[in-house]
Amino acid sequence: MRVVIAEDLTLLRDGLTRLLEAFDFEVVAAVDNGPALLPTLLQHRPDVAIVDVRLPPTYTDEGLKAAIAARIAIPGLPVLVLSQHVEPLYARELLTDSGRGVGYLLKDRISDVEQFVQAVQQVAAGGTALDPEVVSQLLARREPLKGLTPREHDVLKHIAEGRSNAAIAAQLFITEKVVSKYINNIFSKLGMPPSDDDNRRVLAVLRYLDV
Amino acid sequence: MSLRDRCRAGLSATGHGVFAIGLGLLNGPVLALWLVALVLSPVPMLGADLLHIATIVVRWRADIERRLGALAGVPIRRPYWPSPDRAELGSRRWVRWIITDPATWRDTAWLLPGAVVGVTLGVIMVAIPAYGLVGVVLLPLWLFLGDVWFGYGVFWPTATLAEAWLAFPQGLILVVVSLGAAPLLRRTDILFARLFLAPTKAAELRLRVAHLTTTRADAIGAQAAELRRIERDLHDGAQARMVAVGMTIGLAERLVLRDPGAALKLLAEARTSNTAALVDLRHLVRGIHPPVLAERGLEGAVQALALHLPVPVEVTSQLPGRLETPIESAVYFAVAEALANIGRHSRAGSAWVHLRHAEGRLFVEVGDDGVGGADATRGTGLHGIERRLGTFDGTMMITSPSAGPTVMTMEVPCALSSPKT
Repeated sequence: MRVVIAEDLTLLRDGLTRLLEAFDFEVVAAVDNGPALLPTLLQHRPDVAIVDVRLPPTYTDEGLKAAIAARIAIPGLPVLVLSQHVEPLYARELLTDSGRGVGYLLKDRISDVEQFVQAVQQVAAGGTALDPEVVSQLLARREPLKGLTPREHDVLKHIAEGRSNAAIAAQLFITEKVVSKYINNIFSKLGMPPSDDDNRRVLAVLRYLDV
Repeated sequence: MSLRDRCRAGLSATGHGVFAIGLGLLNGPVLALWLVALVLSPVPMLGADLLHIATIVVRWRADIERRLGALAGVPIRRPYWPSPDRAELGSRRWVRWIITDPATWRDTAWLLPGAVVGVTLGVIMVAIPAYGLVGVVLLPLWLFLGDVWFGYGVFWPTATLAEAWLAFPQGLILVVVSLGAAPLLRRTDILFARLFLAPTKAAELRLRVAHLTTTRADAIGAQAAELRRIERDLHDGAQARMVAVGMTIGLAERLVLRDPGAALKLLAEARTSNTAALVDLRHLVRGIHPPVLAERGLEGAVQALALHLPVPVEVTSQLPGRLETPIESAVYFAVAEALANIGRHSRAGSAWVHLRHAEGRLFVEVGDDGVGGADATRGTGLHGIERRLGTFDGTMMITSPSAGPTVMTMEVPCALSSPKT
């Protein structure tokens, strides 16, 4: 899997590269500023881009803007955005186009290497991976979705965080079969026709977070 | 201005007339007391105390006039020097403070002319409508009872019944005209008082310096406390955790060949501590300068704040550029506090934040449609906001009637720096 990294701190850029290569990703380019990102992405067309929110020259939300611009230039380009802090506001902006192939995680999550790599793969496959912190912040302010049982709610939360069925099953101590039953219930309650399309997961997440 | 407003203004101004007469008559004894105190001031044991008491009385009288001014919409600021600290009644420092303050002499100089002007205007404001009322009410009543023995207005003495009845329209005209003119007369009285009782240019500057000294001390104190808090948080939080991480990793290094299982456990522990340290740091950073503020400026940061509230918040903004960082930060925390209060107390269904920059000032309005009854004097948070804004000569006001809506308005004089990118 080919990856482009945009991160200004050398220490983190090299660390990410090493980590991803250890898991058989191919880091085709690593840039350290916002303006260079879009040309690099257009040139390499990676399977997934990993982008830091704060990049030179402005050190504001250069990376986020570049990521959104890149997805406009290359529709459906999977982008995983990393940051030292997460803002529901940014999550909403990232998810507005389609929500497919979008990730938004705290940098802290990299230290749980396996889960981080799973999130990268999930995003590359067109799924969503939102930081639990964003999810909980978005949810802290709203009523739970009508008609969902607390358990179904839990499952949907895990889907929003980008977990696979297997991971959800392990987390909730239930079998995968039960998980997919829950998921089918959720889809039908949200008014989505049953199919095995990965896109439905994303749609459910978007509906869930009311983006 | 509606008829009702005019009536109300006329009546309240007439009320002021009544007060002006009473207070004007009081000026005489107050002036006498001050003069006696001044003459007796060299007398040991008694003079200084008497002068002090007399001054307090004079200032009390002048303050009443200033308050009347504020009621009439002409605020008159207190011009006095700040009183010396820890000074006994009638001590030498007090006396020097009283004698050297020009405001003391200006107050005294106003007492007599102020009394003349106040009483004169007061009599005009009270007597004319009173006479008018006699024409409207009393005279027709007496005539009705058949008691025709004097005149009214232009018909003096009253000869016929028709002339007597004409007292009514005459009285009405007098009442209307006098009520209409009363606010003007009141304003004249206050403006005359302001000549004497408002601070002079020099006093204005001195007051400004005093204000700056206070706010500067506040700002420095707040900043020092903030730095202390940050130091403590770092020391007890992230720093301590990083120490633990280092120790745990060191241990794992020693064990990695002998007991890989235990080493793995230790490494997992180190990772947990590391994550906790990051959480600590994130909270700390948010408290110092929220990242979203650095990245998006005030408007974006307020939008991010609004997303955290359980009620929908409408954010509108007319800021053609970015504000200076310190002001941005102070206003951000003020809005954050206001929104947190809405979340906590208001039981609102919706809220709004308006940001506007005009004529070199930033106007911020935070409101909600909740139950109201918010009290600006309570709550340390609001007091903190006021002090923070005060550093920039900013002001904050809260209106919160008991059925809502609660509206908090802030005003800060500031320039816009760079235009938006």
